[in-house]
This record gives sequence, C-alpha cells and structure tokens, in this order.
Amino acid sequence: MHRVAVIVFPGSNCDADTLAAARAAGSDAYYVWHRDTDLRRADIVILPGGFSYGDYLRAGAIARFSPVMSAVGAHARAGGAVLGICNGFQTLCEAGLLPGILMRNARLRFLSRPVQVRVEATDTPFTCLYERGETLELPIAHGEGRYVADQRTLAELEASGRVVWRYVRDNPNGSTDDIAGLCNAERNVVGIMPHPERRNAPVLGGSDGARVFQSMEACNATQLADRVRAVGDSQLRV
Amino acid sequence: MTAYRVEVRVMPRGALLDPQGEAVAHALHALGFAEVSRVRVGKHLVLEVEAPTRDEAAARARAMCDRLLANPVVEDFEVAVRNG
Repeated sequence: MHRVAVIVFPGSNCDADTLAAARAAGSDAYYVWHRDTDLRRADIVILPGGFSYGDYLRAGAIARFSPVMSAVGAHARAGGAVLGICNGFQTLCEAGLLPGILMRNARLRFLSRPVQVRVEATDTPFTCLYERGETLELPIAHGEGRYVADQRTLAELEASGRVVWRYVRDNPNGSTDDIAGLCNAERNVVGIMPHPERRNAPVLGGSDGARVFQSMEACNATQLADRVRAVGDSQLRV
Repeated sequence: MTAYRVEVRVMPRGALLDPQGEAVAHALHALGFAEVSRVRVGKHLVLEVEAPTRDEAAARARAMCDRLLANPVVEDFEVAVRNG
C-alpha cells in the first residue's frame, strides 16, 4: 500500500473524487493542504483538477507558488511519482515540472463531455497496467486544454515517447499533435487533461480510468522502488 | 524610495493561435468593421511599485514578468514606467 498525497488548493474541486479513486485502488490516500510544506512521507503525489485561485492570470500560474509546491518539486526531482490531472497538469506545466503550457481551447468554449484517448506510453507509474494502443473513454472538463510547446520540445516529446495519451477520433480543444497527456524525461511526472478519477467504476459510466490509480499501486513498487531507494531521500518511503 | 506606476503589457506570441483575438475579429466584422484584418488579445497590468530609481522599478517589474506575470513559452511582455 502506497501513501498518496492529494494536494488541495483553494479552488480544487476534484480532490474528493481523486482521493476516493486512489483509495479504491488500495492506496493509503490523504489530503495535503497547499499551505503545508510536509508531504507526510508520500510515495506518490497527485495534483487534482479544479480552478486553483480562480484560474487568475493563467491556469495554475499562482498555485505553482503555493508553499506545498517546493515539497512537490523536491519529491519529483528525487524520482517520486507525481500525477497532475487537468488543473493539476496545468500547474505542473507552470511549475516547469512538465514542459509547455495549456492554453484556451481553440473554440473558446468550456468543454465537459467524454472523449476518446489512446494510451501511447505504458512505462510510467500511472499507465503500466494499460496496453499500448488501447483506447479509453474519459471525460474532459476544461476551458484551457490546448497543449502548446515550442517545436524543439514537441520533437523531443515524440522522439522519446513522452506523449502518454493522445486524443483520437476528435481533438476537442485544438491541442498540438492531439496531446492529451505527457510525462517528463525521467517519466515519473505525468500530466493528463481528461479525468480518470471520474471513470473508475461502472456506476460512474465506465472504469477506463481506474487503472491509472491501480497502476500506481502495482507499478510504483516494482518499477520505481529501486530508483526511489537509490536517491536515499528520507522523505520517500519505499 | 519613490512610488512608480509601472504598466505591463503581456501579449500572446504572434505566431500562436489566439482564439480570443479571432473571436473579437469575427464580432467586429459582423458589426461592419470590415477594415479590421487581425485582432490580438493580451493583458494589461498596472503595478504600483516602490523603488529607489525608475530603472530599478522597471528591472523589478521585468523580474515579476519572468517569474509570474508572463509565461515565456507563449507570451511576450513590455514594461513601461509611467511616472515617478
């Protein structure tokens, strides 16, 4: 059982769903308020969806300077797994833990509906229980989901297989190269625009998102434990 | 220390899709302003800054842009010190 810290910012609104999804997957999940600086020996950190600080200035731009974000950065640099969902993804980009930025949807409207995404990479702590090429139905709920990065970054993402999910059939927000989610070079920091926590049980309309949380229980132990242990950061308990 | 009024203009890069600007351009066309060929929408921030000199006020405002007010991936900024 892994310790999963779900960070709560003022304006987070998917924190309870995310906590429930992590617990349903068997994790010992708990909230960490954005003013706290201690992740309480978290193995995995999740930045949930929502509208931190009202999306003022740019989505995630202010949240990234929350006191807790230095601890999240240290956790990520030490090799610890971090997942950003929707607003959490935007915050990871603003914090520089993932490259690029999520901009206003191409057709300006806030979109709240199911989309289809293809799993492009299974060698991350959040996708190891999926098959590569598998298509999932997950809901989106965002106004700023159009992924943008410079050409060099985009080429690098493709060359190193760092696009983790891609929209298929239709690109809802004009995202570059249909990117719906990606990971950093070390593959421990992952961001996704759709909401896997909203599709983790049949009663929610499907279970396609459940394995994101089951993956972190199943894979983090085996694939990433050595790396985490090797760093020797006392904050990271394996 | 002197109080300066610093105006910061943050604009989306020219090469990038600016859906807000396009929507405004469409609306202007619909109103009969056919002479408008392109609209870009950015942000204008007015900061009241205490600084020893005008240059220092501008330098601090540029540092604020680098860290928070603009995202270097997609936005450019201009800083103008208006008075002091």
